[in-house]
Amino acid sequence: MTVIGFLIILVGLFFMAISAVGAIRLPDFYTRCHAISIVDTLGSLLILGGLICCYGFSFTTAKLLFILVFIYIANPTITHILIRAALKSGHQPWTQEKVPHDRND
Amino acid sequence: MSAFFYLAIGVIALIIPVFLFRAVYGPSLFDRLIGLNGIAVKTIILLVLIGAYNHQIDMFIDISIGYGLLNLVGSIAVGKYLEKRALKP
Repeated sequence: MTVIGFLIILVGLFFMAISAVGAIRLPDFYTRCHAISIVDTLGSLLILGGLICCYGFSFTTAKLLFILVFIYIANPTITHILIRAALKSGHQPWTQEKVPHDRND
Repeated sequence: MSAFFYLAIGVIALIIPVFLFRAVYGPSLFDRLIGLNGIAVKTIILLVLIGAYNHQIDMFIDISIGYGLLNLVGSIAVGKYLEKRALKP
């Protein structure tokens, strides 16, 4: 069971590294949100699930499960609210024809 | 078991400065906010992993629960403020 947990934690670290690459390389706020939010949530869930596999069932594991469910609900919610605020305040998305001027409001 | 958690802590600590770069040099305000959100999630995971490395995971889990709740409340407050400000003329 411990070896399975270690393998799941390794996969989660891989996804977190992918999200870091996306945070640097992508050109726009919306695409960066795609990389940071979704892949980051998947990596967090995999790392916490691997820790749950390592420790077996106890009260500590129940609290780890609470953090897992909390991140699974809260992280997409935060990203959704930030993207909606950006759209309503007129943040221009990046397209192939025009590269919008980055404003610092 | 402890050496593996040491490696995981090292990888997460190498990933956090990337998001710090995005939070400091991000061209717009929303880039900084999403960078801060990334740092907060990494910090929750880092706290749990440090607890597993020290064989003291009971204490560090409570700290990371508090950090996650503060991150949720702060980010939602800032996001709703920016949205309401955009609706006004």
